[in-house]
Amino acid sequence: MHTLELVNSLRIFLPPDSVLHETEDLKPYECDGLSAYRQMPMIVVLPRTEEEIIRILRICNISKTPVVARGAGTGLSGGALPHAKGILLSLAKLKQILEIDPISRTARVQPGVRNLAISESAATYGLYYAPDPSSQIVCSIGGNVAENSGGVHCLKYGLTVHNILKLRVITIEGEYLEIGGTCLDTPGYDLLALMTGSEGMLGIVTEITVKLIPIPEKAQVVMAAFDDIRKAGNAVANVIGAGIIPAGMEMMDKIATHAVEEYVHAGYNLDAEAILLCESDGTTEEVIDEIQRINQIMKKNGAMDIKTSNNETERLKFWAGRKAAFPAAGRISPDYYCMDGTIPRKNLAQVLDGIEKLSIEYGLRCMNVFHAGDGNLHPLILYDANQPGELKKTEEFGAKILEMCIQVGGTITGEHGVGIEKINQMCSQFKTGELEIFHAVKAAFDPDGLLNPGKAVPTLRRCAEHGAMHVHLNEDKFQGLPRF
Amino acid sequence: MKDIIDRYANIICVAARHKTPLCIRSGGSKDFYGNNINENTNDTLSVTDYTGIVDYDPTELVMTARTGTSLVDLEDELRMHNQMLGFEPPHFGPGATLGGCVACGLSGPRRASVGAVRDFILGVRMLDGRGNDLRFGGQVLKNVAGYDISRLMTGSMGTLGLLLEISLKVLPLPPIELTLRMQMKEAVAIEKMNQWAGKPLPISATCFYDDNLTLRLSGAESAVCAAHTKLGGEAISDGLVFWNSIREQTHSFFQSGKSLWRLSVKSSIPPLLLPGQQLIEWGGALRWFTCNEDKDVDANFVRSVTSSVGGNATLFRYNKQSVSVFHPPGSEMMRIYQRIKEKFDPVGILNPSRMYREL
Ligand SMILES: Cc1cc2nc3c(=O)[nH]c(=O)nc-3n(C[C@H](O)[C@H](O)[C@H](O)COP(=O)(O)OP(=O)(O)OC[C@H]3O[C@@H](n4cnc5c(N)ncnc54)[C@H](O)[C@@H]3O)c2cc1C
Repeated sequence: MHTLELVNSLRIFLPPDSVLHETEDLKPYECDGLSAYRQMPMIVVLPRTEEEIIRILRICNISKTPVVARGAGTGLSGGALPHAKGILLSLAKLKQILEIDPISRTARVQPGVRNLAISESAATYGLYYAPDPSSQIVCSIGGNVAENSGGVHCLKYGLTVHNILKLRVITIEGEYLEIGGTCLDTPGYDLLALMTGSEGMLGIVTEITVKLIPIPEKAQVVMAAFDDIRKAGNAVANVIGAGIIPAGMEMMDKIATHAVEEYVHAGYNLDAEAILLCESDGTTEEVIDEIQRINQIMKKNGAMDIKTSNNETERLKFWAGRKAAFPAAGRISPDYYCMDGTIPRKNLAQVLDGIEKLSIEYGLRCMNVFHAGDGNLHPLILYDANQPGELKKTEEFGAKILEMCIQVGGTITGEHGVGIEKINQMCSQFKTGELEIFHAVKAAFDPDGLLNPGKAVPTLRRCAEHGAMHVHLNEDKFQGLPRF
Repeated sequence: MKDIIDRYANIICVAARHKTPLCIRSGGSKDFYGNNINENTNDTLSVTDYTGIVDYDPTELVMTARTGTSLVDLEDELRMHNQMLGFEPPHFGPGATLGGCVACGLSGPRRASVGAVRDFILGVRMLDGRGNDLRFGGQVLKNVAGYDISRLMTGSMGTLGLLLEISLKVLPLPPIELTLRMQMKEAVAIEKMNQWAGKPLPISATCFYDDNLTLRLSGAESAVCAAHTKLGGEAISDGLVFWNSIREQTHSFFQSGKSLWRLSVKSSIPPLLLPGQQLIEWGGALRWFTCNEDKDVDANFVRSVTSSVGGNATLFRYNKQSVSVFHPPGSEMMRIYQRIKEKFDPVGILNPSRMYREL
């Protein structure tokens, strides 16, 4: 359908300011948090109700117009990058918290609600929503579901998939699905898991019921500095080996520490090669116990400097540095590129060595922040997009980091999603048969491939073309490594 | 081990060619679960011989094992390292294997506090209905590359593929556990369980039966003692035995031989009025129901009572009525299930009808 034809058919039931098609109105939607990729959509729609979404999708289905959903646009893999011949469907106007049930500890919310807003509303009942991506002030819960987002507390409290109970989803055919339930399990296939992390490829999420959990009585954090990143890695393994599941366990390397310390003055030790933050939460008794044990383990593993937060202000100050890692990168470099591989923790030193070598090879600095408890690495490659060729070099550097993650038995994305960004690396992580299953699942929901086309799962043809460039995991060479 | 997989794949390929349905069976401990299938027309694909732990590093909190591995062996190995399967899977017999546990997706008493089987699944290796050897997910705790096929496989009752290997997140054993008992009426118990779940208390299991609420506390000694003081109740000495009888359904409640229904509802739903006995777990979210009279209660009635409060009802054991064991989904949902099934198992040979007649 022609743009204006579509605009007209949408304006039949949407007010003019909810159907945008002039260049200057479309501009704010041309990219998400991964600004290296930009594309103007044909039309942006801003529905206010589920009913309107159904009508929009029916029109798209009939006219075979691609649809890209967009929450807050903070995604870091280009998942919400518009389609040139498609509609960008913004969920920004669906931002009501519909119900908080303090007794069964659930909240029913619309997809455009900000992650943090849920916890803020639940706080009066002593409850909160656990997954806390660093972007939680702005990112939407719908986007969280689509990316299966995590946060610094997910080792203990789980990712989005562990903390949602029920979804209302509209299919591309404009049919309505209720997935999951307010009970703890529902029979049939686990479509709740399938929807979570599906990057807007299977349906439009219009309502989410999330689990709320009690706010812990007490939280305290230990900050330990190490003169060797290996020692910090061992400390992490030993904390877990001792039967402790910390509420948060984060690591930063020296470049990261320097960058954030200059910015937020969290009191980090600047001589350290690695800083470890290890938080305990729970009942007062539990926390006192655990903090003491964590301190001992840090000491035993050769920490050069250990501090424990004595009050809430101090705890937040220790965390402030870690939470400001991305903006701090933005201060010391014109641009940065955030990677998101996950590795078995035991390979940390090996992978960090590898990253350092690549950093020298490409002549680009790289600072590492790391969800140490669950092995999720965020190398931030520092570059300058205005230097000719530097973005390309950066992307190559990043791709090599991801290949390394696959080689040690890890994955190319822990929480940011594949989007458009890691589409080529999917060819390295998965074989043809597996990609075929992904395409089949997509087709089960969206036979014509209209929802977010070109993202998350590469076509087999693309992989065939791309494959030659890449070192595939060589089964013989890594025979000792179990291959998942 | 590769020859075992080749053999399985070959059986699947041959069955697909001849359109002969296969009944995937391991230890047989959960034969009772799911729709009755006609054994005469199904060949059994026995998968007990693909056993062993592939990789286990306690400090990574991840274990990868072959699906024929016995649950007893697996839990023994974990216990040696002070770890456990957090979801406390019921075995329902000595033959229980990891594969059956994940395929059935059943969780035990700890479910409400730490999560279900699917919450601990990180990755799978499987054969689909064409005998393709596939891997999804991984052995790391966070992974969003590709759709979450590993969790889709969990609880799919073998209808989408034959599970070969599974990577799971494991948890440390709690330092101590204490079981408390207090007398109260059902409505009060439901209220209390919900209230307490909203407080930071180390409650790891709950069971209400016969005007008694039994609670299990798990955690650091100091925390468990403090919680005992707060909650009151009498500490009982045979807690381990009691929780095992609930988990394995050896408790007298489960032994009546009458239809046993498993009602999954929102935890705060007040007592469900049904003509029989109930036992409540999971903080109120799981209600087991069995009728008193000789005559079985009409399945449609049980389903409509449960649906009316937003829940679902599974005819868990002793299905004498030949009604669908699992609560039927809406038609739109079934259409998606069918399309998924078609893609994984184009000829429809893997455990047909075991979950739904349409699949
Ligand atoms: C500074 C910064 C820090 C971050 N920190 C973290 C972190 O700690 N952990 C983490 O996991 N992520 C983090 N992220 C990434 C990002 O915030 C998350 O991926 C977030 O969940 C995206 O939400 P959004 O609302 O911005 O979604 P968008 O970016 O708008 O969209 C993301 C994807 O979801 C789809 N989508 C959105 N809404 C819907 C819907 N209702 N139905 C169907 N599909 C939909 C889109 O099509 C797209 O594919 C960070 C990002 C930034 C910029």
